[in-house]
Amino acid sequence: MAAPLTLLLIVAVTIRAVLFRSSLAELISARVEVVSPLNAWKRVVEGLALLDLGVSPYSGDVFHETPLMIYLFHFTVDYAEIVFIVSAYFVDCLSCFLKPLDRAKMFRKQKYALESDRYSADCLELLRSPKEMFYIPLKVAMFYLLNPFTILSCVAKSTCGLNNAIIALFIFCTLKGSALLSGILLALATYQSIYPLTLFAPALLFFLQRLYIPVNLRRSSFWFFTLQYAFMYVGSLVVITGLSFFLLGSWDFIPSVYGFIFSVPDLTPNIGLFWYFFAEMFEHFRLFFSCVFQINVFFYTIPLSIKLKEHPVFLIFMQIAIISIFKSYPTVGDVALYMAFLPAWSHLYRFLRNIFLVSCVLLACSALFPVLWHLWIYAGSANSNFYYAITLLFNFGQILLVADYFYAYLRREHHLTHGLYLKKKDGTEATLVLK
Amino acid sequence: FRLSSLIGHISTCPSLIGQCCQRHPGSVDEFQEELVIRPLHSGDIYASFQFRTLWDTDFLQEGQKVSHYRLFPKSLGQVLSKFSVRELHISFTQGFWRTMQWGQPFIPSPPGAELWVWFHDTVSDVDGNWKELTNVLSGIFCASLNFIDLTNTVQPSASFKPLGLGNATDHRFLRYATLPREIVCTENLTPWKKLLPCGSKAGLAVLLKSEKLFHSSFHSQAVHIRPVCQDEQCTSKAWELRQTLNVVFDLYTAGQGKKEWSLFKMFSRTLTEACPLATSSKVYVDITDNPELFELSPATPLLSQAVVLGDRRTYSVYDLSRAETFGQLRSLNLLLRWKGDGEMLRPLLHAERYVAGFGLQTGEIHTVIYNNHPYRAFPVLLMDSVPWYLQLYIHTLTVTSKSRDNKPSYIHYQPAKDRHRPHLLEMLIQLPPHSMTEVTVQFERALLKWTEYTPDPNHGFYVGSSVVSALVPSMVAMNTNFTQDQPLFSSFVPVKEESSYFVRVYTEPLLVNLPTPDFSMPYNVICLTCTVVAVGYGSFYNLLTRTFQVDEPSLPLAKRLANLIRRIRGVPLLT
Repeated sequence: MAAPLTLLLIVAVTIRAVLFRSSLAELISARVEVVSPLNAWKRVVEGLALLDLGVSPYSGDVFHETPLMIYLFHFTVDYAEIVFIVSAYFVDCLSCFLKPLDRAKMFRKQKYALESDRYSADCLELLRSPKEMFYIPLKVAMFYLLNPFTILSCVAKSTCGLNNAIIALFIFCTLKGSALLSGILLALATYQSIYPLTLFAPALLFFLQRLYIPVNLRRSSFWFFTLQYAFMYVGSLVVITGLSFFLLGSWDFIPSVYGFIFSVPDLTPNIGLFWYFFAEMFEHFRLFFSCVFQINVFFYTIPLSIKLKEHPVFLIFMQIAIISIFKSYPTVGDVALYMAFLPAWSHLYRFLRNIFLVSCVLLACSALFPVLWHLWIYAGSANSNFYYAITLLFNFGQILLVADYFYAYLRREHHLTHGLYLKKKDGTEATLVLK
Repeated sequence: FRLSSLIGHISTCPSLIGQCCQRHPGSVDEFQEELVIRPLHSGDIYASFQFRTLWDTDFLQEGQKVSHYRLFPKSLGQVLSKFSVRELHISFTQGFWRTMQWGQPFIPSPPGAELWVWFHDTVSDVDGNWKELTNVLSGIFCASLNFIDLTNTVQPSASFKPLGLGNATDHRFLRYATLPREIVCTENLTPWKKLLPCGSKAGLAVLLKSEKLFHSSFHSQAVHIRPVCQDEQCTSKAWELRQTLNVVFDLYTAGQGKKEWSLFKMFSRTLTEACPLATSSKVYVDITDNPELFELSPATPLLSQAVVLGDRRTYSVYDLSRAETFGQLRSLNLLLRWKGDGEMLRPLLHAERYVAGFGLQTGEIHTVIYNNHPYRAFPVLLMDSVPWYLQLYIHTLTVTSKSRDNKPSYIHYQPAKDRHRPHLLEMLIQLPPHSMTEVTVQFERALLKWTEYTPDPNHGFYVGSSVVSALVPSMVAMNTNFTQDQPLFSSFVPVKEESSYFVRVYTEPLLVNLPTPDFSMPYNVICLTCTVVAVGYGSFYNLLTRTFQVDEPSLPLAKRLANLIRRIRGVPLLT
């Protein structure tokens, strides 16, 4: 395991180093699919230049990073490339360390469930064996490091890579069981961009499951732990925000960063659904639709938590995917984060219904994005509708992918409890439907 | 330090505008008019009218309401007192001044409309006053100045110091805006002429006929109001209103290719009398290059020399208040006939601007400033005001002179706020002698909301001219002494030191294309995007609220009805 992993790391570093030194780096940094107004490297440099000129970076509308980012890059702006490569590795430290712990535990859990008749007798082939799970860390690392989306995001020096690293560290700490660190890292991730707030619920559920506290609203132990965790999270958030205030001496960063994320004033095209919608909207409904779109990201948390309360790891995956699809300025770096999780559920393959269609759609859209951008902006022979259509299709493909995995997961759970080969009342083979 | 001298110079020293020239004793206001005709080396001819009204009163004094207007126009007087305006400069220009072919103008102005105003210190809400002022001026001059709002107004910190009395340096009371897209036509000339004491009935203003004036390469009319000192000791203030009109007639379009100009050919009128309300009414013709270059008739014995724009020029003066100027025909028609070609004095300061790059995503603004002085270097103040939808990246700002990096000694940058204010960049750059300095800055083009585009979005968006202000070293000693009668054209800009003169150069406005959304699509976009979101919502809703069940086929309708009847009858059911 160590040798293939090392080889993978070397290959990943080589690819990134080669691309950093080539002329493609500048081209990639300018692509709208890879960078957005929130995390472009050009804007970080601009913010630092404004600070040098004595003007607050938040006085204009060009810089939307948090003050801690200014602090970080003030010292490491010359070594930015190294920072980004290192942050990419943080993400797969998640995979390196989580799965070995999990494997044994999961195997034991399955054995007990089988023996206690909670799982039906004929679902043996659905159970996951340690041997099959052995290569999952390597596959997750490969899926993240060698994903073209990640490589593009890293070469463009988009700070999305750093955000991904923080979220990956948070997941790592959660799975390791350290509630304090997990709270702090979640606060950091929320401070960077507000959407990881929804990851509070799955983290909480994971800790409750791990500490064997039942998720029952009437139990005092549940509330005790929830309040503890919430206190750690909110406390770290307040501390980080206070630190940011003292860094620049003003609260200017709040409307510039969080107000910007929520009100979407910048309509630069990206791979998301927001830009064209707000460019073409009637002025009268602007506030209404902003609220609708932002609520859309947050309101799947409670229903999903109720449905998946016994499966918090999958819930984390679902939440990250929903954030990446519906956030206000998505980039391919966000897409790469949840795609890295897919090998962890390779056992669901037999239940996926649309995987071929989805992969074709995503591949085709990824190829068409630069083509139609060039036709619109440079050649002038297409117009914005072409790019918008591909945006729609790409998001549709992502939604289909996530929904498909969700379906497959639920179906596997159903089969585990009710048996794999189901029969109808008259003994013939049955089909399962959602009713 | 050159910056402070440059900036300090532009604020007036009280001893300068002490024009104690002849004034009728006992009267409170006086009016002077003058026309300067300068033949240009390319065969074109440049005519500059200046009408000055000087009024000993104080609009801004508390408790004293001015109500008796004689020569000073009432509409402007009321504007000054209502909005507590200390200085007002407004210009409307059609065409672009070609510095390399025509030299430096007496009164520079950028294409389109330009308005800059210094408010009095007592004003509490400058933005509110500014908004109302632009609307009122829009009505007075029949121009669409109401398009001036906070998104194209800036507060320059160094480039526009007061030209009249005043030692204020707080640029919070200064507002500057320009509308490059504004078109000037007869509708703007008529109210401008109405502000003159004699109207267009007598004096030099009879020459201002719109069908000839707009048939020109360059036409600029302006109004400048500022407080000046009445005497050298500056014991009391007077208000000076200058109305200037600069026009350049083209050799080929108006001159029919013949290098021969006359007042009749230029204006289709001749002069018959001076304005009776004017204390002085003169026509100056620049004859420095006479007699080798051209021949002037009728001849006049009066000559005058003036140092203007760093050059000593000789002028033939026609005094319209004297009856013998008009000759026997009682009309004055100056005739200039070219005899040869000559070399023009190269202007020492010249600037150009253009947009580089391709595509609708990014671009670069290049401003090129030429210093044509053979051995002297001097600093210039460059002011750029870029609209918010072109996002400037100040870390890409490069200033190179003679292909070497030239770091500006003073940079004042105010970044734009989307939909609230534009970018403002002011820099003090030292120009090496006989060199070309290039200032480049990259920008990104924003996609706007569909309602923010003009009705012709593919025409592009205008970026106002850059302003280059400088104290150019003069080859000839400038006259800082203003005790005697000075022609109006040489006293517009106050001169503080002998060795340099103040020059303001405007560059070309830019026309930049922005990416446009499809304007026919709002409803379609809303439907399609909401469909995709609904697909997501629907899939999740299904998976969250439904459970897996074995699919039991249901009986067809006929059998179900039969079962219903059988149940009533009490007979065994069908399967």
